[in-house]
Amino acid sequence: MAIAVTIAQRILYAALLLVAVLILNFSMINLAPGDVADTIAASMGGADAELMAEIRAEYGLDQPFLVQLGRYVLRVLSFDLGQSYFYNRPVVDLILERLPATLLLVVASQVLALVVGVLLGVFSARNPNGLLSHVVTLFALFGYAAPVFWTGILLLIAFSLKIPLFPVAGMVDVTVEGGWFARALDVAHHLFLPMITLASIFVALYSRLCRASMLEVLGSDYVRTARAKGLTPREVTLKHALKNALPPVVTLAGLQFSAVVSGAVLVETVFSWPGLGQLALTSILARDTPTILGILFFSALVVVVGNLLTDLALRAIDPRVRGK
Amino acid sequence: MKRFLATLAVLATTTMPAFAQDPVPGGTLITTLNNTPRHLNPAVQSGIVTGAPGAQLFATPLRYDENWEPQPYLADSWEWSDDGLSMTLNLVEDAVFHDGEPIKSSDVAFSVRVIQENHPFKTMFAPVTEVETPDEHTAILRLSQPHPALLLAMSSQLMPIIPEHVYGDGQDPKSHPRNSEDVVGSGPFKFVEFTADQHVILERFDDFFIDGRPYLDRIVYRIIKDASARTIGLENGELHLSTFENTVRNIRRMEENADLVVTDDGYAAIGALNWLAFNTGADGPTADPKVRQAIAYAIDRNFILNAIMLGVSQPANTGIHPGSPLYDDTTETYDLDLDRANALLDEAGYPRGDDGTRFALTIDYGNATTKPQAEFTKASLAKVGIDVTVNSFVDFPTWAAKISNHDFDMTWDTVFNWGDPVIGVHRTYDSENIKEGVIWSNTQQYANPRVDELMELAGQETDPEKRRELYAEFQQILAEDLPVYWTNTLPYHTAHSTKVMNAPRGIWASSAPYDRVWLDE
Repeated sequence: MAIAVTIAQRILYAALLLVAVLILNFSMINLAPGDVADTIAASMGGADAELMAEIRAEYGLDQPFLVQLGRYVLRVLSFDLGQSYFYNRPVVDLILERLPATLLLVVASQVLALVVGVLLGVFSARNPNGLLSHVVTLFALFGYAAPVFWTGILLLIAFSLKIPLFPVAGMVDVTVEGGWFARALDVAHHLFLPMITLASIFVALYSRLCRASMLEVLGSDYVRTARAKGLTPREVTLKHALKNALPPVVTLAGLQFSAVVSGAVLVETVFSWPGLGQLALTSILARDTPTILGILFFSALVVVVGNLLTDLALRAIDPRVRGK
Repeated sequence: MKRFLATLAVLATTTMPAFAQDPVPGGTLITTLNNTPRHLNPAVQSGIVTGAPGAQLFATPLRYDENWEPQPYLADSWEWSDDGLSMTLNLVEDAVFHDGEPIKSSDVAFSVRVIQENHPFKTMFAPVTEVETPDEHTAILRLSQPHPALLLAMSSQLMPIIPEHVYGDGQDPKSHPRNSEDVVGSGPFKFVEFTADQHVILERFDDFFIDGRPYLDRIVYRIIKDASARTIGLENGELHLSTFENTVRNIRRMEENADLVVTDDGYAAIGALNWLAFNTGADGPTADPKVRQAIAYAIDRNFILNAIMLGVSQPANTGIHPGSPLYDDTTETYDLDLDRANALLDEAGYPRGDDGTRFALTIDYGNATTKPQAEFTKASLAKVGIDVTVNSFVDFPTWAAKISNHDFDMTWDTVFNWGDPVIGVHRTYDSENIKEGVIWSNTQQYANPRVDELMELAGQETDPEKRRELYAEFQQILAEDLPVYWTNTLPYHTAHSTKVMNAPRGIWASSAPYDRVWLDE
């Protein structure tokens, strides 16, 4: 019962937050000079004044700011994100169409980053001053420090050009024939490099945190007790230490959500991955306000929901949180 | 050695097809677009990403060869009237749209009307008052004044023949759903699929009006925005062909690959020029032609050509692309001359102050690729006592809003000729085209009555030699007044696998029909 109230409270806060985000986003985008008429004219190689005025009138851009804002908020409250200027289609359709690709990329890379990060962390915590531990730390740091697009191009040169194992761009090979299995394999083939690229940023983060957390736990009394009981090092590490070292890592993974999304924008651009990131980039460059706002709103929604889920996940693995 | 081999490969593919192999039909050409098209209908949308698939989907009355000579296409012949006030097109008889409907002269009349009302290039068909259709295969375009640019405007992506039975349903042609779904065209390839940010797929139209063509079964355009990814795709063989490549380092790298042909042939009509534009209407120093000339003398064009463009672009000295038959190569070229620059600035009444500077200016740049030019300008002008602040580029709309509202001193920009000067050159210098809020109008606010007059005359002159002379005088005056300091062509290159035969050259690059392209595998 108490949990239900907490959740309801959280949802109410989240809804208020989202409306604030909506108003803030709209105002900020309107502060930026230039609008879709400029980019439409530019994509056509120039236009005359009448055409520009026509475009502005068509999209209601000639109206005062408050009128535009009011219309927009009312529209979103009735679950309508509007029509994209650039793609000439409903924003909701665009977002839903691109969502699976981004989810696939983000989830796959995060699972990979967490598994590899935790393994590396545990490994280097068990032998904190070993050579391998230092190598792992350095390597992970490199992944974190290198710009994503650079890592991406590096991987492309290595594994698309020098050793041509993976395709250079896109999500599917349109010439591939066959059933769902062949298609799934094709998508996995395309996914590999973007997934590694996006995961590379987070491996360092998770492994270092896991290492620190493990070291702390390994030094605590109950671990010493477990050892004294005669448990094997493996049992001590997995059953006693890791379980208690994980919560900070999970919290961090949840908080990293916005970083994952912004990393995805870059990765999607380098690998022409047809997800939300590419959609965002195209719309920003085109000043396609409804689409940008739609994506921002949607991302805010996801971050809020993501934090809520992180919260619940923590409750599940850490009994101490439940009491509070 | 590698370069030698690459050169050999280029020679082999450019000279051989003329006397060697017969085209082999079949195969899928995998090519790429560097951005997502808004849609695929070039009648209401200009630009190279719509133009490439657009030219395959829609036939035009004429096409141009690489020597700027018009060739028959959907019209098998055409005649000017003696007074130059009407143009008769005789259409091929058995042409059909992709849905099987015959292509009639009424579709030509309809297409002209849609383009006149919706295409951004208003000057293309402005003098056309009426299109008469005495029979199904004859269309007569009546003009209010002679209009020699008309022939070019009827070629390639500029005058697609679109079906009246599809687009004549009363919906706004600019946002018509059939612009990107279930597109019915008149060209060598028909529509299969368009997924924004992913791909455009076209396939051979079996009833195309030229027998035996096209040779290819399919064309797949993969949309890849990252230039490095495209380059790697060409190098590892995933892509057969890419056009409009303009990252100089990638071009240099691809030139060293023996499996690739890299050429800058084919971009003469697109005519993309890099230039430094001045706000001649400002109150500041850039209003003075002497100051503008001094700035041009202070900037070393050779540095831009060799160090920034790595030698892959050509010098351009006037507003007309050097690949155009109308280009005048005798104008002042403003070779680096600091003494002259200093003298001109003194003459203009801007002596050096105590700290050695004369005055301050700002510079903007219209896309991220011209950042080095902007920074080089700052360094160059410091030498003659002009203090330049570089405004960093945020994004296109931000820049466009600033420039089009005349809120700038100088800006690096890239502007297209689009074939005939009437279409893409006049707009920059026409004093009637000084329009606030419209980018790529006469944002320099330049006004010279003689230049206006020359454009008016040359736009109507039907004798090619006289027309050339008028444009020569036009270019001479501009080089003197210097509202814009032109430096170089954009280094557009086509890169393709040696397997691609008859790769697009001509004057319109990939915005020309690919009916002759074939794969030698």
